Amino acid sequence: MNPPRHLLQIEGLPPSEIAALLELAESYVLLNRSGQTERDLLHGRTLITLFFEDSTRTRTSFELAGKRLGADVITMSVATSSVNKGETLLDTAATLNAMHCDLLVVRHAQSGAPALLAQKVDAAVINAGDGTHEHPTQALLDALTICRHRGRLEGLVVAICGDVLHSRVARSNIHLLTSMGGHVRVVGPPTLIPPAIEKMGVEVFHDMRAGLAGADIVMALRLQKERMARGLVPSAREYFRFWGLDAERLAYAKSDALVMHPGPMNRGVEIDSAVADDPERSLIREQVEMGVAVRMAVLDTLSRRGLS
Amino acid sequence: MSDVLFHNVRLLDPAGGVDQPGELLVREGRIADSGQSLGRPDGVAVIDGNGAVLCPGLVDMRAALGEPGFEYRETIASAATAAAAGGITTVAALPDSAPAVDDPAIARLLIARGAETGSLDILPYGAVTRGCRGEEMAELGLLREAGAVAFTDGTRAIGPARLMALALSYLRGFGGRIVQHAQEPSLSEGAAATRGELATRLGLPAVAAEAEAIMVARDIALARMTRGAVHFAHVSTAAALDLIRRAKDEGLAVTCDTAPPYFDLDETAIGNFRTYAKLSPPLRAASDRAAVAAALADGTIDAVASDHQPRDPDDKRLPFAQAAAGGSGLATLLAVTLAQVHGSTLDLGRAVALLTERPARLLGSAAGTLARGAAADLCLFDPGAAWLVEAGKLPGKAQNTPFDGRLLQGRVLGTWKAGRRVFGA
Repeated sequence: MNPPRHLLQIEGLPPSEIAALLELAESYVLLNRSGQTERDLLHGRTLITLFFEDSTRTRTSFELAGKRLGADVITMSVATSSVNKGETLLDTAATLNAMHCDLLVVRHAQSGAPALLAQKVDAAVINAGDGTHEHPTQALLDALTICRHRGRLEGLVVAICGDVLHSRVARSNIHLLTSMGGHVRVVGPPTLIPPAIEKMGVEVFHDMRAGLAGADIVMALRLQKERMARGLVPSAREYFRFWGLDAERLAYAKSDALVMHPGPMNRGVEIDSAVADDPERSLIREQVEMGVAVRMAVLDTLSRRGLS
Repeated sequence: MSDVLFHNVRLLDPAGGVDQPGELLVREGRIADSGQSLGRPDGVAVIDGNGAVLCPGLVDMRAALGEPGFEYRETIASAATAAAAGGITTVAALPDSAPAVDDPAIARLLIARGAETGSLDILPYGAVTRGCRGEEMAELGLLREAGAVAFTDGTRAIGPARLMALALSYLRGFGGRIVQHAQEPSLSEGAAATRGELATRLGLPAVAAEAEAIMVARDIALARMTRGAVHFAHVSTAAALDLIRRAKDEGLAVTCDTAPPYFDLDETAIGNFRTYAKLSPPLRAASDRAAVAAALADGTIDAVASDHQPRDPDDKRLPFAQAAAGGSGLATLLAVTLAQVHGSTLDLGRAVALLTERPARLLGSAAGTLARGAAADLCLFDPGAAWLVEAGKLPGKAQNTPFDGRLLQGRVLGTWKAGRRVFGA
């Protein structure tokens, strides 16, 4: 499914390719930490970030990754560009081709938008999140974070909690973790669990106590306020009462279970500050650091050889 | 107009119960005679069919023609070209144009524009509600008088139960069916695919297959209550077909059609966000596809319609959920239906009946027969000849076929409208 030049989704990516990306990312973590961040691998290449949805950390992370590898990094801001003046996605693709863009990082509110762009642009396209479909680099950075703490993915029990229905992070993580031998559970209210998700190889729970029992990793997902407006859950306080991740619920998991969140967090809705900020249990800050390294590994791989 | 004798053809006329080798004579645009051997009357051109099938020109009971209002997608002239190439000589045109066919003058205009093509009779549907907006009833009586063959809001479901009950009841005074796009609106709003594993994987907004059955169940109850006649368009699920089967057994005035995508394709056709396979209703699970195919054979389904929904490339070159739904279908109607015959699930006579006399009867049209005295609307086709469907190379303007790349068997060799050849050399 993944055309070789692009990174559009985790689904269909062979485990060997995932392992290679994680290994390369690990080496970038070490280089970044040692302060050796000046590289010229992408010297003379143009990386454009095109975000049709607001983002702070993902965009910054890609731009930093591109700059550390020596690329010319251009931010196409949707608010000021012609895409808000009725220009279609494919007109934008033609414009990007004329600029000889080498690497294009796209985020879009519509599932499949990066795949559509990938058909029309000459650049290697990296999906930075499309609708409720996938967010492949987030899954890779989550995997790298887990690997650094547990040394493996295989055999680990990972509970993904909350609004799985609208989460591209959940889908990419499910594909990645199950293909690497992890056991994935999704936990949340029935209205926020997508139909037939068990066919993606996960176990479904609606109760936090059962869903977290024996988990090595607990991943909380952001609950957007629009979901309440659309009646999928009655209120934020009811949601927190049953599915919010606080110390009491975290205690259902393994005693050394680690906590993750793709950000940005709604404190007091899906996660309690005491858990989010607990240095012994929370990997949330480290996830951000891993994001840069993983994106360097992705840019490196796509610019050298593409993915199989 | 020259008179024509079709020689060496397989006469296939489900309306008359005919399926035999023979000849057919056309004089002054009408069918003058048919039989084993008609001799060689003077001044008659002979067409040797080489054993091909000669059947009535197809009657397509559901197509959008682009006019008025969407000429960038299709015009009546371009639709007529595509129809002729597909063996279609009569088409029932959907009313959700701009403006909608909610005024008798527009119905009359469509009939006249069809006559102008010289190759395609247009039977207009009237709108059930003004502007097809689903609020107040249109002038059903005046529309009926102006030639509306039945009533529908096109691809919009008639949502409020009270409105549906009123329309069903009111129409009993004028005749004509209500044709429902059966999708429960509050469930199907914004949906781009059928609820299930594939939609979950792709992260697409989805509607449960049950949204069709819910609407069908409600409308059957309303038909029972009002003694009105309801017809369900492009039925696509096993659950809805079961309900329709039972309503028919009960003797209610309930009928239905389907369209080729629903018995030939399933939801996997949208894999990797292929917008040309985005339809309304959306393509279903494989088990539903199989149920639709079975219902063609067992008689639950009364007709096969093209459900032609012309779209411009720009309507489709969008992220999946934003792309327009709908597929072009005139040129492929016959051959995709014949795939069921080649797959041995349907016999040829029934397939042709579903494309000719059955829809003609539902619409109250005199077309769809090879009876003596009938207009010589004819389709000559080779059921075995293969061709490749290629978007970009189809006749007519609309190239948005969900069957792109499909190898089909069944080629139209010639189409005649009132005795005049309108397709084929």
